[in-house]
Amino acid sequence: MTIFRQTALAALVVAAATQAQAADLTLDIQLPELAVAEYHKPYVAAWLENGNNEVVAQLTVWYDVDKRNDAGKKWLKDMRQWWRRGGRSLELPADGISGATQGPGEYQLTYSLDKGPLANLPEGDYRVRVEAAREVGGRELINLPFHWPTSEKTIVSEAGSSELGKLRLTIQP
Amino acid sequence: MFNARTLFLSLLTLTAVEAQAHRAWIQPALTVLSGEKAVVSFDAAVSNTIFIADHAALRSNGLNVTAPDGSVRDVENLHTGKNRTVFDVTLDQQGTYRIGMASSGLSARWETEDGKRAFWPPRGEKADPAEFSKKVPADAKNLSVSYNSRRMETFVTAGVPTDGIFTPSNKGLEMIPVTHPNDLFAGEAATLRFLMDGEAVEGVEVTLIREGTRYRNSEDAIELHTNKQGEVVINWQGAGRYFVEASYRDNKAQAPATQRSGGYTAVLEVLPD
Repeated sequence: MTIFRQTALAALVVAAATQAQAADLTLDIQLPELAVAEYHKPYVAAWLENGNNEVVAQLTVWYDVDKRNDAGKKWLKDMRQWWRRGGRSLELPADGISGATQGPGEYQLTYSLDKGPLANLPEGDYRVRVEAAREVGGRELINLPFHWPTSEKTIVSEAGSSELGKLRLTIQP
Repeated sequence: MFNARTLFLSLLTLTAVEAQAHRAWIQPALTVLSGEKAVVSFDAAVSNTIFIADHAALRSNGLNVTAPDGSVRDVENLHTGKNRTVFDVTLDQQGTYRIGMASSGLSARWETEDGKRAFWPPRGEKADPAEFSKKVPADAKNLSVSYNSRRMETFVTAGVPTDGIFTPSNKGLEMIPVTHPNDLFAGEAATLRFLMDGEAVEGVEVTLIREGTRYRNSEDAIELHTNKQGEVVINWQGAGRYFVEASYRDNKAQAPATQRSGGYTAVLEVLPD
């Protein structure tokens, strides 16, 4: 009786240890404080493309979800590269992807590389693209390239100069 | 008396296909739209300076909208002022719309016995083919009969671009895009194909002029000719709206015409990368 319990407990401990490191992709987005007379929270979209400029997955889109009659959708096309890279084919709101606009600050988004749309990525070059467009403001597009697979934790950092602040992509294999 | 109406109608019946001093254009406020049931506003005029209403409003006879599903409808809230015509189009379907007009007709020129130039149909009138044999003397001196077609158009897309409106009519000079006209970006070369009466033709003269000519000294027009596949490849001069003009003529006409000519103009919007 005692031996069985000890073996079971040991098996549980081993199992827990191998599941502790789940592979994921983390995107840190900073939206800057802007000294403008009329500030509107920007529309932001992030998506993943492969080496052939094909869309692999939509990651996130922030827009005015609460406006009556879906009026917030009118300005989605101002994220003009996102719009043609899957944005215009996306049914919004989309569970797990769309959300409300955010103001200045730092935001972290995490996506599993073990399951869901990012699971089993073929070998190759990829880039996470982040695009922001702000009402009565500007527009900026930043690319965060990486290669997959990777055996080590990979960090890609970029910084926008106007509508986006610091961006960091962390691949944890 | 010279007025805008005479000018526009004579543009329709011009037999010569040389570059016209006045350009007719239909310009949408936006070409790429998101969201439901957007309403797009348009300006239309015949002008000297591209996209500046400095001369005459476009007469709206024959102006219509082709929706993504192929149905044809009128424009809304149409107003024809002195220099500019304005109207709206409600995009109730998702996909690509065409807004424009097309016309065609016979025309003849000859010299009368006393050396004067004569032409049919008379200025301001539409050619009635049944009248041809009555009005045009068959043995006239220097008789030249041509069948001329004119097309003017622009495109807007709500949501995902579609191709339904690009089914060729096989009449006159028309543009069948290879690169979708509402998916144009400054750093990406675009390919357009031209058909004359349904056939891809080589030697169509294609001219593109980027907006803003008022603010520079030269038009800096892009001049191209179609290849054997009827195609031109355009390397844009940056983002903005472009006036596109194409013309073609040859002798492959149907009797009684001995020449055929086609004129085409369009407004395309190129977005920044």
